[in-house]
Amino acid sequence: MIALLRRDLRLAVRAGGGFGLGLAFFLIVIVLVPFGVGPEASVLTRIAPGILWVAALLAALLSLDRIFALDHEDGSLPLLATSPLPLEGVALTKGVAHWLTTGLPLTLAAPALGFLLNLAPTAYPYLLASLALGTPALSMIGTFGAALTVGVRRGGLLLSLLVLPLYVPTLIFGAEAVRLGAEGLSARVPMAMLAGITLFAFALLPFATAAALRVNLR
Amino acid sequence: MMLSVENITCARGGVPVLAGVSFALEAGQALVLRGPNGCGKTTLLRTLAGLQPPLAGAVTLPEDQGAYASHADGIKTQLSVTENLAFWADVHGQPLPDDIFTTFDLDDLRDRAADTLSAGQKRRLGLARLGVIGRKVLFLDEPTVSLDGFSVRLFADFLRDRHLAQGGVAVIATHIDLGLDAPEMDLTPFRAGPDASGGSDEAFL
Repeated sequence: MIALLRRDLRLAVRAGGGFGLGLAFFLIVIVLVPFGVGPEASVLTRIAPGILWVAALLAALLSLDRIFALDHEDGSLPLLATSPLPLEGVALTKGVAHWLTTGLPLTLAAPALGFLLNLAPTAYPYLLASLALGTPALSMIGTFGAALTVGVRRGGLLLSLLVLPLYVPTLIFGAEAVRLGAEGLSARVPMAMLAGITLFAFALLPFATAAALRVNLR
Repeated sequence: MMLSVENITCARGGVPVLAGVSFALEAGQALVLRGPNGCGKTTLLRTLAGLQPPLAGAVTLPEDQGAYASHADGIKTQLSVTENLAFWADVHGQPLPDDIFTTFDLDDLRDRAADTLSAGQKRRLGLARLGVIGRKVLFLDEPTVSLDGFSVRLFADFLRDRHLAQGGVAVIATHIDLGLDAPEMDLTPFRAGPDASGGSDEAFL
């Protein structure tokens, strides 16, 4: 599993690997929002938590179809399925690799972009914490969606339609945590829900992903 | 007994294509599958490798010893030749044997990105994978596609002198003569009829 993780990370940073894709998208959306809604600081402060979370979610969505489609195209997937790695382990590794190349950079870049949206100063720790807790769930749910659509040619649209409803709880609690933080209130409940969703995703979805892969490999 | 196949029926897209296929291979033996295009060679090999379940019958082989090689080589074009082989060796918990590069004439290409290889060179890299994963039972689907005569002999030598000589087993679907001393099996007589046993439920409705 370490070998697969190392390979996926190496592929992500090589040319055409899509490492910067999500990050660049995140940056572009956040930079464009003030142009769209106008430079009024109070308006930006109010919508910043929601915009940051929606942009992070869409950025994570952008690179989902690469998770299994590339391995499917070059024939690596059946070879991995017949290797000693359990398919559940392959699924988990793919989810972790996606988070390391998408969720983690998004989380680290978010505070700098929050500044562009005039995010309330008290909200920064909540922004970092909620993204750190919530984006792993986005990666794992996305991995499951990618496994469901792996055999479908140009399945990007189907993948988005499948995955977006599953992303809604994470989005609601993530944005809520940042909003409560911005107002100086306790965000314990949405944080606990985010952590719960992530733990739930990592506990169950590797098995569902492996089952979906088995069906699609037939 | 390394590999035993008993009376299996395999299907492609829910439609049975082969029925009643049986054979057994001892250590060091190979079997060459013959048959016209579309007769079910690939389906049979995928079933044997465990990528899809048979509709009926049983496949027995030592646990975690099967390896499958298809038309797609599983090569990452952004990685170098050595990185590609090291990855597959690593996944299978095997060391990367240094002589594998010589065996498949890849010595001069070690640090080349797989992107820049020709079709035949890529194929040799894909086949070299079989030499680094330490598996005893190989299921090879048209392994010699896009190889020149010299490379075909390299591959046949690898199969005979390294794989089979060390107690391995291979089932090979191919249209050319590899020069192996192996029995051939024509799959045409095993073609599944519409009423084949284990056929889809719709057949009974």
